[in-house]
Amino acid sequence: MAATAQISVPGTDRKITVSTGLFIDNQFVPSVDSKETIECINPATEEVLCSITAASVKDIDVAVASARAAFNTTWGKNVTGFERSRLLNKLADLIERNAQELAELESLNNGKPVRLARDADIVDSVGCLRYYAGWADKITGQTIEVDNKTKMAFTKHDPIGVCGQIIPWNYPISMWAWKVAPALACGCTIVMKPSEFTPLTALKLSELVVEAGFPPGVINTVPSLGSVGGAAMSSHLDIDKVAFTGSTVTGRKIMAAAAMSNLKKVSLELGGKSPQLIFESANLDEAATWAAMGVLFNTGQDCCAGSRVYVQDKIYDKFLPILVEKASQLFVGHGFDEKSGCGPVVSKVQYDKVWSYIEAGKQQGARLVLGGEKRTEKGYYVDPTIFADVTPDMKIVKDEIFGPVLSVGKFSTEEEAVKLANDTTYGLAAGLHSNDAGQCMRVSSALEAGTVWINQYNLLNNNVPFGGKKQSGIGRELGSYALEEYTSIKAVHWNYGEKLDWPL
Amino acid sequence: MSSTFTHQFDTALFKGTITVNTGLFIDGQWVDSVSKETIDVINPVTGKKLTQVAAGDANDIDIAVKAASRAFKTSWGLKTPGHQRGRLLYILADLIEKNVDAIAATEALDAGKRFAHAQREVQGSVDVVRYYAGWADKNHGKTMETSEEKFAYTRHEPIGVVGLIVPWNFPFSIATWKIAPALATGNTIVLKQSEVTPLSALLLAALVKEAGFPDGVFNVIPGYGSTAGQALIEHQAVGKVSFTGSTFVGRKIMETASKTNLKRVTLELGGKNPVIVFDDADLDQAVKWMTFGTFFHSGQVCAASSRIYVHEKVYDAFLERFVVAANSIRQGDGFREDADQGPLVSQTQLDRVLGYVESGKQEGARLLAGGTRSEGTGFFLKPTIFADARPDMKIVREEIFGPVGVVSKFKTEEEVLELANDTQYGLAGYVFTQNLNRAIRVSSTLEAGSVFVNSTAATAPQVPFGGFKQSGQGKELSEYALEAFTQVKAVHINLGMTL
Repeated sequence: MAATAQISVPGTDRKITVSTGLFIDNQFVPSVDSKETIECINPATEEVLCSITAASVKDIDVAVASARAAFNTTWGKNVTGFERSRLLNKLADLIERNAQELAELESLNNGKPVRLARDADIVDSVGCLRYYAGWADKITGQTIEVDNKTKMAFTKHDPIGVCGQIIPWNYPISMWAWKVAPALACGCTIVMKPSEFTPLTALKLSELVVEAGFPPGVINTVPSLGSVGGAAMSSHLDIDKVAFTGSTVTGRKIMAAAAMSNLKKVSLELGGKSPQLIFESANLDEAATWAAMGVLFNTGQDCCAGSRVYVQDKIYDKFLPILVEKASQLFVGHGFDEKSGCGPVVSKVQYDKVWSYIEAGKQQGARLVLGGEKRTEKGYYVDPTIFADVTPDMKIVKDEIFGPVLSVGKFSTEEEAVKLANDTTYGLAAGLHSNDAGQCMRVSSALEAGTVWINQYNLLNNNVPFGGKKQSGIGRELGSYALEEYTSIKAVHWNYGEKLDWPL
Repeated sequence: MSSTFTHQFDTALFKGTITVNTGLFIDGQWVDSVSKETIDVINPVTGKKLTQVAAGDANDIDIAVKAASRAFKTSWGLKTPGHQRGRLLYILADLIEKNVDAIAATEALDAGKRFAHAQREVQGSVDVVRYYAGWADKNHGKTMETSEEKFAYTRHEPIGVVGLIVPWNFPFSIATWKIAPALATGNTIVLKQSEVTPLSALLLAALVKEAGFPDGVFNVIPGYGSTAGQALIEHQAVGKVSFTGSTFVGRKIMETASKTNLKRVTLELGGKNPVIVFDDADLDQAVKWMTFGTFFHSGQVCAASSRIYVHEKVYDAFLERFVVAANSIRQGDGFREDADQGPLVSQTQLDRVLGYVESGKQEGARLLAGGTRSEGTGFFLKPTIFADARPDMKIVREEIFGPVGVVSKFKTEEEVLELANDTQYGLAGYVFTQNLNRAIRVSSTLEAGSVFVNSTAATAPQVPFGGFKQSGQGKELSEYALEAFTQVKAVHINLGMTL
């Protein structure tokens, strides 16, 4: 008895059907003990799309039990790498098949343009699943020479077990793929909590999980409030690992809960205040393009958004107007408008938060060179906003805003640039623009960030790792490194020739 | 402008029609050979001609290598990123899987295999191609710490045009074992399949084209070893040859490589693989595995378990059961339900194996089963067992490549290990014992590239395969095979050293 909602696709007479129950054991089910629901809002219209079941603490228990049972019987060490690979590839094919519908649903719930959801987010997500499908049968350990006369030693890379995964609302489908793919490739089972703001595509993807042929319980989807489901998962005694992407504030809570419960393994992808450095030898037009894109892509709702730009003083006055021009070229509009390069921010909460920072910027004396005016129409729209002449103590320079708001500052020397860039508790990403190869090497080496882009920004690849230094996180996603997050090493010592002298 | 071979099957195990292009496959096109010569394709079950295929020689190899070179520089190599190379390989795997029966039927017909065996082998090829599809974007180099004044890293680059020479015993499988890692790592290919079994590689070429690989990435030249094969090995623009076949030819390849452009060489050669059956072995299981390992595909397997050492305590019991098993193998057309084993691949092979059987008799080994041709048409030899063999006998020292098991007795572990290792070969070794400590000790001591405990050869795509000593050099399967098709470039970027 699947409860469903019908969501109209603007500009067509089509409707997308979404199951609104919890996805446990390959079925959509109601909550076992709660009538709570979550309203899903369309940020472009501010209207309710539908309501979905909110998982309670007991529901989390049920989902974990399902994942544990699957891990012990049909998944984990009971399934070969080949089979895991086959299923992941099948899932990728199905997502590719349904790309248009998934993109539309993503846009309706998150606000981002359909075109970008389909041609960027989903293409990358399909690639991510295929990438990890390729790893599934290649998880190798070591055989280690100890003493050929007495002992053989080797390691096994076991799957960690049941993984709680908590994903954010900025890239619902991509973040789902980044977490699901390596976990399944390694043989783990999953309890997935999508963001309460954007649960719809995770629920739709759950249908494809069934169609692909994954055994029940391998992935379970339990939308719920962070304070309910997220907290329950972080402190659950039968979850072996929690992987979280979201704010640093919440990341701390999760790590604390993990420590106080069963010392579950934790990986965190948290916030950032990532700098881009524009050196005088840079191609100014290209650098301005990357700088604009770095803070405006996805309406700035990107953990690695390049939200601080520092320009070498010699080119500052020349660069700033180019940057302003590039930023104003981006059309911020409705997700179903083909012209839109980004959409509204995801929710009222975010909208208010971003505007409070814009006000703070004005109040603290930063020079507004673009934007800063609210729209009057419906929808949580924030237009590209650029503050120039910022100083390190300003709120807009220190805090993560998570919106299309850029702070631009100045530096003289390379040393000063690096110092400004590193003057943050975050360390997720950084960009530098320079045509001096030696400078590129020195600066990229000195920047305290998990990802450094040279003469580029924001473009990731599925086989290159991503993650934060400092308080931007723990662990890595993407690339071969993500496999380490989902494997647990067992060393086996096989004695065949040593007898112990006893007593010692 | 190409001709095709069409064959209709109406058998108990397979009904259907196959169509095979019989030209050379060069640069995405089917063409006649320059010489217009052809090679007859014989059905080993009947001894009769099935069709003929174009016979390539040095001229055709040259044209193919030029096409492969061009493709490498323009549309393959590092011009197509790893994840796209992987994608095409996945698509190819899907196409092979879709056409399993047609490919298996062609293979069984051409090579004299049982249809069911061919199906398993083709399905196994699907797994291998998928496995390497996954590696295509994961052939990482390294960055390494030297000093602050230097940034050093390695690049794992494809070699360029690689020559692949595949044999007649597992034509399709071995072709895929080679092409999958070669393509995954970005190389382009000129493949010369055996003139004895040319058909399945031609089907593979059609599927590669259908999958969407750019023209020139994969080229197939059926031809004789002494002409087409030799030309490929000599070619100055071929950077690497990967060969599976006899040790004799393997030597010539290495020699030719050394005399031309020092091309790199991977060799998968012969074996005289020892089996050791200890007195605590599960005898029934050992006999079953032995029957498979010695007589599968009429013993025409490089890793065949052909040299069997049995502990004296269980010697007679083993032989008794082994003989019963061998005698109950039913021989016949691979498309019949009542046939377990097919013929040898050719008259030449049959004559060779009969020669060894004669020598075994003359040198005084005790013949317990088989030893003669089977009645009727086709190159069938009865499953043959010699007992009481001595280390100096030809049948003990030389690779027979036929359905002949040679059994000897031993007393102690030390003695049998010496006997087992007393060979120029080193491809595989087999140990049957329930004592795991002994199994580990013995597998550590056997001089072989693969050791199987309590089974005979059952390879897996993730596990490397390749011989020690004169059984070859280099590995196939697993991650190790990537090295065969990769060259490592070190890059040093000076960050501050001045003179």
